[in-house]
Amino acid sequence: MDHFEVFGLPRRLAIDTAELQRRFYELSRRYHPDFHQAAPPEEQARALEASARLNAAYRALRDPIARVEYLVRLEEGRDTKEGATVKPKAPPELLEEMFEIQEALAEAKAGGLDEAGRAALVAQRDRLATRLRDEEARLVGPLSEQWDASRPAERQRALATIKESLAIRAYLRTVVDDLNDALGESQEGYVTNRRH
Amino acid sequence: MSRIVGIDLGTTNSLVGYVDETTGLPRVIPDAEGRVLLPSVVSFAREGVLVGEAAKRLLVRRPATTIYSVKRLMGRGYEDIKDELCYLPFKVVPCDGIVKIQVENREVTPPEVSAIVLRSLKERAEKHFGEPIEKAVITVPAYFNDSQRQATKDAGRIAGLDVVRIVNEPTAASLAYGLHRLKAGVIAVYDLGGGTFDISILRVKDGVFEVLATNGNTHLGGDDFDRAILVWLLDDILSKHGVYLGRDSEAMQELRLAAEAAKIRLSAEERATLTIPFDGFTYHREITRVELEGLIGKLVDSTLGPCRVALADAGLVPSDIDEVVLVGGSTRVPLLRRRVEDLFGKTPHSQLNPDEVVALGAAVQAHILAGGITSMLLLDVTPLSLGIETLGGIVSVLIPRNTTIPTSAREMFTTSVDGQTIVDLHVVQGERELAKDCRSLARFELSGIDPMPAGMPKIEVTFLIDANGILQAQAKELRTGKAAAIEVRPTYGLSETEVERMVEEAFAYAEADVEARLLIETRNEADTVITHVERALRQGGGLVSGEERESIREALGELRRVRATEDRERIRETTTALNRATEHLAEVMMDAALKGALSSKRAAEIMAGGAEPTEDPASPGTS
Repeated sequence: MDHFEVFGLPRRLAIDTAELQRRFYELSRRYHPDFHQAAPPEEQARALEASARLNAAYRALRDPIARVEYLVRLEEGRDTKEGATVKPKAPPELLEEMFEIQEALAEAKAGGLDEAGRAALVAQRDRLATRLRDEEARLVGPLSEQWDASRPAERQRALATIKESLAIRAYLRTVVDDLNDALGESQEGYVTNRRH
Repeated sequence: MSRIVGIDLGTTNSLVGYVDETTGLPRVIPDAEGRVLLPSVVSFAREGVLVGEAAKRLLVRRPATTIYSVKRLMGRGYEDIKDELCYLPFKVVPCDGIVKIQVENREVTPPEVSAIVLRSLKERAEKHFGEPIEKAVITVPAYFNDSQRQATKDAGRIAGLDVVRIVNEPTAASLAYGLHRLKAGVIAVYDLGGGTFDISILRVKDGVFEVLATNGNTHLGGDDFDRAILVWLLDDILSKHGVYLGRDSEAMQELRLAAEAAKIRLSAEERATLTIPFDGFTYHREITRVELEGLIGKLVDSTLGPCRVALADAGLVPSDIDEVVLVGGSTRVPLLRRRVEDLFGKTPHSQLNPDEVVALGAAVQAHILAGGITSMLLLDVTPLSLGIETLGGIVSVLIPRNTTIPTSAREMFTTSVDGQTIVDLHVVQGERELAKDCRSLARFELSGIDPMPAGMPKIEVTFLIDANGILQAQAKELRTGKAAAIEVRPTYGLSETEVERMVEEAFAYAEADVEARLLIETRNEADTVITHVERALRQGGGLVSGEERESIREALGELRRVRATEDRERIRETTTALNRATEHLAEVMMDAALKGALSSKRAAEIMAGGAEPTEDPASPGTS
């Protein structure tokens, strides 16, 4: 059973999240181990499994970007994380700028930043963060809609566009995280988003 | 279904609660003297084991064998805690990954010590209901990792309890609040206890309590505030009296308790006075709330980072929070309330007693599990990401933090050498990219794989985090369909056999029987009076006649002799006689004190033989 099927939904990216949450609570009441404590062990095990599947499905579907990532895995026939890491790819129009940023980053790592260097990095970070948000908006907006609307013959192409966008997003996130690290602005020093 | 009780196993105090069937409301169970808080203190005496208030009174007198704040050691390795060992008067030694506490000639593990506290609560509940209690829900800090949860479960088993659920403390608190005022919205539960800090963000809707994110620090609490004050006092004593007391464990305990008492007083008042008699001098010091805030400001601020991360993980900003609830005794500190209010832009509240609310919530969860409540459902999360170590020591995350539990993840593994029949996996918990920076949970050994060329076997491992937040794993070789055997070697935990042995041995640590306990208490009382009289003679002996001094010395000598006997009545009488013999000296010293020669308050305390700064029922300590 895939995550869409858990909720009785078609394999489409447009999902009403308020309705999804309502279904999640409803199904939780049915499966959660808390309500099966007095049941025989086999039934408890089944409830535990159903509950775990429900929670995983909700997590994958409630967030529009996680939903896109899950769809790609599903379409490619992978249901474990193996090989799931998207190979990050620099946005073609930013290649030149990326070289500059990498150089500035190396410099920052080697010997600290002066006032001007820092300001330049902050500006670049802000620009890339905006670019990242734009890419995410494109993913959950037009690209998701495109996939939902595509006929079976067009699906491969829609999926390829989505994968390309995911790769660019992964790249941008890594660079923004690196810039935050270099600027000493990563949250509390240890929490990054890069692995989630 | 048999009765299930809810237990808050705290760093400082523990409680047990249940839901009253007739009112449907949770209650905490008091002991015979009407006290609901059981100090989480265990003293190992030759005569038997003491728990709670009786043990707490031995903190100063028997520092090496009286164990407190053991929750900070649960599920921990030696490396984790070695920096704070200098503050602990008892001896902690490394042992097979975990730590043990050395009490005289035996060693006990933290779960065994916690089991003694749990057993005392179990007995309290049994007395209350007049029936055996075998099942319990026990709370843990939300940010506890797998090893710490497992250690808590082990403690329950050693105490003879079937731990039907481990519940997170802040979530339990929200259940207790939920029963009272079921209002939909997003709440932040800020829980600072004696040794741990949690922040949990929940959405409450239609009776479902969905935890959106949690964060915290399992090594930050009121104990650390006390320690900051203690270090400052040590410095102050050194500069004023030229004495360093850091290596005198009795003096350290006395200072620690005085620091705690001052902290508690400063939550209600602007200034507090400390007067502590030591050998050769009396330390006198006034401490203001502003000074205290200077000492603990950094610690308080360090709770704000986890709050911000939890908000970000929940995808929320402070203004999205409808209510901020404070839990844990340490949230009585005014500075902390100001900081929390600044962060969330909302006045936090604590209508339910912050010392009791977690136990009340545990009772509610116990009632849900027993089938007594069907309208409420708690959906909690795993606080830390679960992953496996891959090539180059990099962590591959299988279950990200803040995933609703129970949850599972599957992963494929294969062999790297021809004919390999065993695969090793290293499971870790944490948010760092390198396995060495994360918490090592266990090493799994998959065995019984049929010999095949490298890369051919396809072993599917299913990792399941159950509703307790504890990991289970299963493995299957997909080509043959054979289940692979998994041997789990916990990095920081007890093996199954060890736990079983401890369940049997638990009887060795049976609580001292009533007679023995009373004897210890009476001796203890005698010791306290002896110490106070010795001190009074040194400090005020010159104020009375030589004849009177002689008769006091005689009574003192008599009590020293009688104290060693088993005759409780006689010890008590002799103690009373010594008290009477010093009545006049007490009066004279009081007069002198009023004239300024001595601190009046302290003189009164010296002669009253009490002066236990933490016994202030109006303002209980942290939990």
